[in-house]
Amino acid sequence: MTKAADETAHALPKGPEVTTTQTKTPEQSGGTPKLSSQGGAAGDRIFSGAALTAGIIILVVLCAVAVFLVAQAFPALVAPQDQIASGKGFWQYILPLVVGTVIAAAVALVIATPISIGVALFISHYAPRRVAQILGYVIDLLAAIPSVVFGAWGISFLAPALVPGYNWLASTLGWIPIFSGPASATGKTLLTAAVVLAVMVIPIITSISREIFLQTPKLHEEAALALGATRWEMIRMAVFPFARPGIISAVMLGLGRALGETMAVALVLSSGPLIASLIQSGNQTIAAEIALNFPEASGLSLSTLIAAGLVLFVITLVVNVIARWVISRHKEFSGAN
Amino acid sequence: MGRAFARRTSITLEGVNFVKANRFGRLSAVALVAAGALALSACGSDNATNTGAGATSSASGPKVTGTLTGTGSSAQASAVDAWKQGFTQANPGVTVQYSPDGSGAGRKTFISGASQFAGSDAAMSTEELTSAKAVCGADGALDLPVYISPIAVTFNVSGVKELNLTADTIAKIFRGQITKWNDPAIAADNSGVSLPDLKITPVHRSDDSGTTQNFTDYLAKAAPSVWTDKSSQTWPASLPGENAKGTSGVVKTVTDTQGAFAYADDSAVSGSLGKAKIKVGDKFVALSAEGAAKAVELSKPADGRAANDLALSLNRTLTDSSAYPIVLVSYHIVCTAYKDQATVDLVKAWENYVASDAGQKAAAAAAKSAPISSALAAKVKTAVDSIKVKS
Amino acid sequence: MTTLTARSPRRSALTRNRLPRFAPWASLAVALIVGAALSTIVGFNAFGWGIFSALAFTFVFVAWSAAVEGSRKAKDKLATCLVVGAFLIALLPLVSVIWTVLVEGTKGLATPGFLGTSMNGVSGIQDNESATAGTRVLGGIYHSLMGTLLITLWATLISVPIGLLTAVYLVEYGNDGRISRAITFFVDVMTGIPSIVAGLFAAAFFATLFGPGTKTGFVAAVALSVLMIPVVVRSSEEMLKIVPNELREASYALGVRKWRTILKIVIPTAISGIASGVTLAIARVIGETAPILVTAGFATKINMNVFADWMSSLPTFIYTQILNPTSPSNPGPSLQRAWGAALVLIICVMILNLIARLVAKFFAPKTGR
Repeated sequence: MTKAADETAHALPKGPEVTTTQTKTPEQSGGTPKLSSQGGAAGDRIFSGAALTAGIIILVVLCAVAVFLVAQAFPALVAPQDQIASGKGFWQYILPLVVGTVIAAAVALVIATPISIGVALFISHYAPRRVAQILGYVIDLLAAIPSVVFGAWGISFLAPALVPGYNWLASTLGWIPIFSGPASATGKTLLTAAVVLAVMVIPIITSISREIFLQTPKLHEEAALALGATRWEMIRMAVFPFARPGIISAVMLGLGRALGETMAVALVLSSGPLIASLIQSGNQTIAAEIALNFPEASGLSLSTLIAAGLVLFVITLVVNVIARWVISRHKEFSGAN
Repeated sequence: MGRAFARRTSITLEGVNFVKANRFGRLSAVALVAAGALALSACGSDNATNTGAGATSSASGPKVTGTLTGTGSSAQASAVDAWKQGFTQANPGVTVQYSPDGSGAGRKTFISGASQFAGSDAAMSTEELTSAKAVCGADGALDLPVYISPIAVTFNVSGVKELNLTADTIAKIFRGQITKWNDPAIAADNSGVSLPDLKITPVHRSDDSGTTQNFTDYLAKAAPSVWTDKSSQTWPASLPGENAKGTSGVVKTVTDTQGAFAYADDSAVSGSLGKAKIKVGDKFVALSAEGAAKAVELSKPADGRAANDLALSLNRTLTDSSAYPIVLVSYHIVCTAYKDQATVDLVKAWENYVASDAGQKAAAAAAKSAPISSALAAKVKTAVDSIKVKS
Repeated sequence: MTTLTARSPRRSALTRNRLPRFAPWASLAVALIVGAALSTIVGFNAFGWGIFSALAFTFVFVAWSAAVEGSRKAKDKLATCLVVGAFLIALLPLVSVIWTVLVEGTKGLATPGFLGTSMNGVSGIQDNESATAGTRVLGGIYHSLMGTLLITLWATLISVPIGLLTAVYLVEYGNDGRISRAITFFVDVMTGIPSIVAGLFAAAFFATLFGPGTKTGFVAAVALSVLMIPVVVRSSEEMLKIVPNELREASYALGVRKWRTILKIVIPTAISGIASGVTLAIARVIGETAPILVTAGFATKINMNVFADWMSSLPTFIYTQILNPTSPSNPGPSLQRAWGAALVLIICVMILNLIARLVAKFFAPKTGR
């Protein structure tokens, strides 16, 4: 503490001066702090205006996307139901897809979230600093591998590797509906797709969580440790409460990717009608359905696919509303409140 | 409070140093990136094959110039690459761009007027022909059959390279009515072949495709008692089996799975897989390019088409055992009239090259397609020559 | 932090109930033996051995700690084991993916002309030749590499200013008002736009403005921006939010205007996180396939103009080479090019990441870490 006090003694008189130098732009060199404030009145207005404009642009773009989607999907929603999806009707067609999408994304998040938080904690609070930097770097890199590559990896490596595991699951845990056999001979199942999705979202959740963990106020952490907390207790008392909204944000971003992922699922999953078992071939996600059928679609079937896209959009919306609601209950920990 | 303030001030102190020290750093970084970009952008080359532009002059007729845009069938993609290469070598002033977005997307783009030709695994429907009149003039569009791809019925059973199968048997396997390789129905046609007691895993395309359309069309016509679904580009969802995206995906799945059974464009089926001989008339016919071309030649023109529209109604129940009936015919769809002479010349030169002997040979070499018969080629040429400027 | 807990040379009263220093190693040795035994029962393989050993280690180490040190320390040890375990589990698939790309990709990358030429003039005929006669695989990715760089650059130029300013508005000006709540909500919604829809939207938008079939690099950049903006906003918002209020207040107290405070204090403090978020956003879109296919077309020639003509990009190149090999009967050369392109894409992102880190280092103030 004496060191800190020493610092205060040195720094206090210097403080204002230093800050002035910092806020100076080249053309103002030699001026007083007052000068910079005078030039700022207009600057303030322009800056806040620009910020608001940017926000409004986003709203406009989103409106345009929504209008586009609804206009394109409209024919499928109003057409006689027996003309859609070879007579099944739109809701009959979309329901299994919705369930498949939600299951795939949920399983992916169940796998990815704890692992990502673990990895983020490892990088921020456990690993030696130098190692942590390299690891953070590698994890960020993984976010960039195109989904086609994940898909190719999924079919050529992961799916065959998981087949023995699926057979084992089917024989020992087959009484649980989601593991009922006979397991797929190719391994191209919803569970494999979910694992691939999990691998794809781990870098996203990890990267954001890590940044948030690193921003935990040092004072909170040190206070916890000074009170005799173990490292884990410190993390639970100081890091998690502070990081919770950020983690939820990160998970939502991951969920967005998992819900909307097309190519990897399209390549990995051997799609089919809705079934409960995750280790048989079957089920389908909305995004993959769009990607698979879009190239050959025209007319009403095209509208049906776009309407499916609209449904995906609504699912994401609902999920986000829930997430926002959860976050709003933990607002008191935000730094800028 | 005092401590906190001290910390902040020390932050600003450091900040100042950083900002000053790194103005130059930033500038040099920007310069470095710019220099790197320049260096990168200077070293590219479009001449990957080391052939001088215009080295050959095999194609006859006047040289044309311009940009020709096409979209459509991915089945044709490899053949179009070969045609592109041959055509631009003879006409160095031409750029042909083709995007393998899929047949449906290709027809859609063509009707919107955004492309000059479309590659499509199906001929234009009557409604599409009507809407094409907006860009193509009163006579609408033409379907030109230029690409024939035999569809193989393939399987992965170790030690077995060839099987005799009837349409009924194939349909039963895909419907899950025959589930073992040593089923009597298969054994009856294959005396002398030892078939294992192995589960059959049928594999089909997960994406909508012209291959599926043609294959289900074959099953529906040749095995009507077993295959009760209509032909469609989507595989009937109620049937059992695995699926995979694209021809390459299907072939990969079959290669990786013992006991798999699938249909796929022959060009992608590797030598390690078995291919079925199909019963035509009273013989079992092996897949061949000639057989496929023969089947197309024996097919009738589709009903209710304009004189030069060469849309075909494929005959799947042939009895001539020199023909192989499971084929995919892919069309080039062009307008009967374009807005200016330059475009007309360009399209004519392109399609004439595609249907010519040289073009068909190039496609066969690159994509293992079956060249169209000379009789059909002559019809295509007549149709192409009728293309004119929109009045 | 570590110095606080690790500095204890003597076993004094304070450090009485502690595991000896060799405890982790001893536990590991026991775990390896137990793991080997267990996996032999099931059927020995290296993977099973690893899994069983890890489980055994966790059990032995935590149980030992619970016996000697009490439950709090044991919980701490358990958490450490879980965190490290999570890390190792995550590493498995990630290393596997990177390894696959490296092994398959270096072959393509090492081919002369791979980086310097386009695919112009390369067809199945050449590929069949190189597959059967063993000649060099022709054709390269130069056109796609340039396309990716240009399209991503434009997408970044569009979305970073908009995204960052929006985040600033939300955190500094919004005051949680109606507009800011609407923006937050709709940005969340935007993260859920399926990428193909973004592509279709951009294509339809430009088709109405410039006529049907307008496919250029810029249209693709707009489509990617639609996907990129929400990621930029979301991550920047989080980073700006956790800038301590004391910093802002100190700045205001010194008479600094709000906009200067934001530019000089808030953003520099958060720049490391923002840079990381932007990199993440770029990384998210640089690998997009579907939206580029419908907006920029599919080119095999070099095109450096984002405002005219079709453009190729690395993901679309990889996609078409894998799904529609140039020669269907010999997909080998196409796969080699595809993996090579994937490797190049990863290297691109690596460089981008480095740049972002440097930016963060240049601008960020020193913190306690």
